[in-house]
Amino acid sequence: MKLSLQHIAIGCALIFSLQSCSKKDDNKPQTSKKATLSVEFDNIAGDRNLQLGTGTYTNSSGEQLTIQTLKYFISNIKVTNAEGVEYVVPQDSSYFLVDESKPETQECKVQVPEADYKSLTFTIGVDSLRNTMDISKRTGVLDPSGSMDDGMYWGWNSGYIFFKMEGTSPQAPVDPTGANKFRYHIGGFGGYSAPTINNIKTVTLDLSKAGVARVRAGRESNIHLMVDALKMFSGPSTISIAANPQVMFSAFSVNVANNFAGMFRHDHTEN
Amino acid sequence: MRNKAFWTVLAGFCLFIYACKKEDDIQKTVSEFLGFQQPANFPEPVYKLSNNPVNEAGFLLGRTLFYEPRLSRDNTISCGSCHIQSSGFTQHGHDVSHGIDDKLGSRNSPPIMNLAWNKTFFWDGGVFDLDLQPINPITNPVEMDEKMESVISKLKQLPKYNELFKKAFGTEEINGIRIFKALSQFMVMCVSANSKYDKVTRNEGESFTAEEQAGYTIFKSRCSSCHAEPLFTDGSFRNNGIGAGPNNDEGRYAVTLNPDDRYKFKVPSLRNLSYTAPYMHDGRFLTINAVLDHYANEVKVSPTLDPLLNTGNKPGVALSDDDKIKLLSFLKTLDDPDFVSRKDLSEQ
Repeated sequence: MKLSLQHIAIGCALIFSLQSCSKKDDNKPQTSKKATLSVEFDNIAGDRNLQLGTGTYTNSSGEQLTIQTLKYFISNIKVTNAEGVEYVVPQDSSYFLVDESKPETQECKVQVPEADYKSLTFTIGVDSLRNTMDISKRTGVLDPSGSMDDGMYWGWNSGYIFFKMEGTSPQAPVDPTGANKFRYHIGGFGGYSAPTINNIKTVTLDLSKAGVARVRAGRESNIHLMVDALKMFSGPSTISIAANPQVMFSAFSVNVANNFAGMFRHDHTEN
Repeated sequence: MRNKAFWTVLAGFCLFIYACKKEDDIQKTVSEFLGFQQPANFPEPVYKLSNNPVNEAGFLLGRTLFYEPRLSRDNTISCGSCHIQSSGFTQHGHDVSHGIDDKLGSRNSPPIMNLAWNKTFFWDGGVFDLDLQPINPITNPVEMDEKMESVISKLKQLPKYNELFKKAFGTEEINGIRIFKALSQFMVMCVSANSKYDKVTRNEGESFTAEEQAGYTIFKSRCSSCHAEPLFTDGSFRNNGIGAGPNNDEGRYAVTLNPDDRYKFKVPSLRNLSYTAPYMHDGRFLTINAVLDHYANEVKVSPTLDPLLNTGNKPGVALSDDDKIKLLSFLKTLDDPDFVSRKDLSEQ
C-alpha cells in the first residue's frame, strides 16, 4: 500500500512536470502573431484605493483633499521584449483617455507581437504631431468635439488637456463659485507657430521585477499599473493646494507635469 | 378645324420643348459652382484645401450651418449673428461681441473674410487651423454656450440635415468633424477680392483718382510693413500702442506665455473698413479717423511696443491732416460692395 501510493505520487509528479514542459514548449512566442496586451491604469491615493468624491486623502504638504475628477491621456505605447527589440504600437491605435469615473477606460488594450516584454513606455498626454494634425485624423477620444465636451481640449488655444484633476480641499481658497476647489488642467504641446510650454511626458517602466508580460494569442496579458494621484503633489516639485489651487495654461504648470512620471508604478502582471 | 387642332398641338409641343430647354438652362446655372478660386492678385492659400476640397454640396451645408441658430444652447444665436454679411461679416456697432442671454465677450468679432489665407485665428492667434475655429464660439459660455453633442443631436432631428450631409459627405452621418469641415468650406469661400483696389491692381479698366493714388503712396511708405498687400495684413502679432484696456487683455501672451508677446494682437486686414466699425481688438475706436488720430498722436510707449512705431522723435506714424484725407480716400478703395451683398454668401 505504502509503496504503491509513493509510486502514484511520483507518477503524478512526473506527468505534471511533463505537462508543464509541454505547455512551455507550446507557448514559445511566435513574433509573427499579434496578441492583445492590456495595460491597466489603477488609480490610487497613497495606500488607499481612489474613491472619487468620497475619499479624503492627505498630500505631502499635509493638505486634506477629495478628488472629484481624474482624467488623463495615455498615448504612443511601446514595449521592449527580452531580447531588447522594441515594438511601437501603430499610432492610430494608441490613444486612450483614462477616466476614473469610467472603469472601462482604465484598461488600454493594444495589439502587439507575441513576446515576453520586460519594459513598457507610454506618453502622458498627446504628442505634438497629433495636436496639429488635420481634424479628420482625430477620431475617438481625440475628436475635439467629443474631447471638448469631456473638457479635455482647449479650444481657445488649440490643444489637448493632457491631465486633469479637480477636487475640493479646506486649504483651497474660496473660488468665485463659492467652493473650496482646486483645479489642475495640464496641457501644452510646445506651440504651433511660436514655442511655448511643453508638458508632454514619457514614462518607461521596467516590468522585469514585478512580472514580465508574456503576450500570447488566445489569452490576454495585463500589465497592472498603480497610478498614485497624491504623487502629483510631490516629486521633483512640491505642489501645495493652498499656494497653487488653480493651475492651467501657465508657466507654473511645468512643475505639476514634472511630477507625472512618479505617479506611475508597475505593481504586477497577470499573464 | 383639323388644321387648327394640328397647329395647337404643335404649338403646345413647341412650348413643352421650350419649357424643357429652359429647365435645362436653370439647371446649368445652378450647377455653375466654381469652387474655391484664388484671385489673380492673391498668393497661394494657407488653408489645406487638399484635406477638405470645396464642393457645392459641402459649401451649401456649410452655409446652412453658418446660419443655423441650433448651434447655440437656446437656438437663438447663429454664426451669422455676430458675423453679419452687410457689415463685412462682423458685428457692426458692437465694440465686443454680443452673445447668448445678452452676454458680452471681451473682444470685437473679426470678419469672416479671406480666411483661407489666415495662418492663425482670433485676435491672439490661439487657433492655428480653420477647422478647429468653430469649437470656440459654439462652446464659449458668452457666445453660443452649447455642447457639440447637443448640436449633433439637434441637427439629427431635422430631416433636411440627413439629406445635406449625405450630399456633402456621401452618407447621412452627422458628426463634429463633418460639421467643422462643412463650415470651413463655406468660410473659405468668403473671399473679398473685388474692391476698386483689386480691379486697379489686376488692370481691369479702373484707375485710382489723384487723391487715392496719393493715399496709396502714403500707405506704401507708412502702413504696409504691417498691413501687407494684397491681404492688408501680414498675419503677425504686434503691440500698436493703444495701451491696455480696463480688462488688461494681454492678447498673444496668453497663448505663448512669452513676456515679449504681452499686449500684442493680430494685425487686422484693412479690407472693407467702411463696413466693419468699430476697430481694434476691443472695438474702442468708432471711426477710421479715430484710428488715424491714434497712430498720428496717441501711440503709447511700453516695453513691447512695435519697433516700427518707435523710430522717430515721436512714437507713432507721422501723418499730417492732409495725409489723413488722402489715406482715407485710398482706404475706401479697399471696400468690396460685392462681398457684402453677394447672394451666395447670404442666409437663404
